[in-house]
Amino acid sequence: MALQLSDAPPYQEAQRAHEARLAAIGAEEMVINMGPQHPSTHGVLRLQLITDGEIVKEVIPHVGYLHRCFEKHAESMNYGKTIPFTDRMDYLASMNNSHAFVMGVERMLGIDQKIPKRIEYIRVLVCELNRIASHLIAIGTYGIDIGAFTPFMWCFRDREHIMNMLEWASGSRMLYNYIWIGGLFYDLPVGFEERCSEFIRYFKPKLHELDELLTANQIFISRTANIGPLPADVAINYGCSGPMLRASGIKWDLRRVDEYSVYPELEFDIPTGKGEMGRIGDCWDRFKVRVDEIKESVRIIEQCLERLAGALKRTVDFDPRALVPKKVNLKTQDYYVRAENPKGELGFYFVTQDKTDIPKRVKARGPSFHNLSVLPELAKGVLIADLVAILGSIDIVLGEVDR
Amino acid sequence: MEIIITRVQELLATEFGGEAVIAVEDAGLQPALVIHREELAAVCLFLRDHEETYFDFLSCISAVDNGTESGSFSVVYHLASIPYRHQLTLKVTLENDRGLDNLPVVPTVTNVWRTADWHEREAFDLMGIYFDGHPDLRRILLPEDWEGYPLRKDYEEAETYHGIAIK
Repeated sequence: MALQLSDAPPYQEAQRAHEARLAAIGAEEMVINMGPQHPSTHGVLRLQLITDGEIVKEVIPHVGYLHRCFEKHAESMNYGKTIPFTDRMDYLASMNNSHAFVMGVERMLGIDQKIPKRIEYIRVLVCELNRIASHLIAIGTYGIDIGAFTPFMWCFRDREHIMNMLEWASGSRMLYNYIWIGGLFYDLPVGFEERCSEFIRYFKPKLHELDELLTANQIFISRTANIGPLPADVAINYGCSGPMLRASGIKWDLRRVDEYSVYPELEFDIPTGKGEMGRIGDCWDRFKVRVDEIKESVRIIEQCLERLAGALKRTVDFDPRALVPKKVNLKTQDYYVRAENPKGELGFYFVTQDKTDIPKRVKARGPSFHNLSVLPELAKGVLIADLVAILGSIDIVLGEVDR
Repeated sequence: MEIIITRVQELLATEFGGEAVIAVEDAGLQPALVIHREELAAVCLFLRDHEETYFDFLSCISAVDNGTESGSFSVVYHLASIPYRHQLTLKVTLENDRGLDNLPVVPTVTNVWRTADWHEREAFDLMGIYFDGHPDLRRILLPEDWEGYPLRKDYEEAETYHGIAIK
């Protein structure tokens, strides 16, 4: 154990060392605070930059401004009641969060194989719609970070259609509480499949337009190519996942690795970074992987719609709540579930206890938290303006970093 | 994924002797190895680099309070291997008297996976686990002057914060 001074409070050595480090900054260096209210931090993230002129020598991230005690809350209520709280973690991809949580509880209950196909396809459909919405925000706000305003408006215009559709299905615009343990809140409204196909027909050319506007834009390329390259081994060692890891050239997608839900029945590719404009794993690659993932999600949605309107058509007696348990009775066990969120690997670790439907411990592993932890490594020696480009390409949601 | 756990156990037995693995928990859906606290960092490094295991990805570190009556904490490590696509759970159990100036101590694995840095800071912040050898063990989610460790079962909220009544 580390040495302790008798009169100093215990376990504060690191805090004191941190303060001493900042106090000892020389005359040629300067400490700049970026955030918590800085527009390019995408929320309430505070970065302490130690700079030498325009060069960033070190970045010290401070998180926790949006900490809402998710894990403590989850220990005080039953599994079903926790679902709305998972929605508020990554609030841009609420469907994906609750899907992961619900999957974990269902596997512990042993009902994951009994869920009707129609329910699974609806889940995948809404999750992929939400993935597109989340990536549209990532792309749009990234444009703003770099100085392009038009893509932001275009992305938000198209995202609004998705929000409206999901609102129609669940009753809420962003925080849905739609996927329940053992089923769904409600079946899709009548006509949803047609409206969704109409949206896909509308969206495909728009996506192409967006691609042309930004992806091959020379100004955009010079701001992002060769900036902040993340080598694959560093990405793995820092626990990066999702588009961050795939942009570094690793073909790792939990939808294919774990083959959960009905993803094995669907055809889609896993886009990876190839370093087309610069080096593998640079900011441009991370952006491009997201654009390509939208295209893959569109493919998945088309297949889901085909099946939902065809073989798995809604019937009068179909009840999406038929398998929803009245009380989640679990024996004492622990289980770690992981799923592919738009940002990366979202994990929940459950420790359950006998004779109660309240968990003993729920730990949430948010992808943004770990993707952000690589920032000090990426930002060594870059320009301050490039730091903004790097941070935007990580695509964090502070609701999930702080939970 | 379950097939591998016996093999991992064999490998650890040949490398570290019988001491490193205290028990195998295979009752649940995901079997887990309970590792001796002193051997943890060496075991993790071995599992990361051995050609048969190659656990290069640390998914999660969770600190668990086993309840006030049992007087112990657990730290659970979820590892994943990207080339082999398998997963493994390691557990460390720490006996402790729950005193705020006597935190349970576990060796850090930041030298093995850099991602453990923030995981361990979070476990220290919310559960009060001290990771020996961690390069920068500050609080991460709560303010640095916070008192107590909120995820502990015996945690009681403070009445005031900086002189402001909060209850």
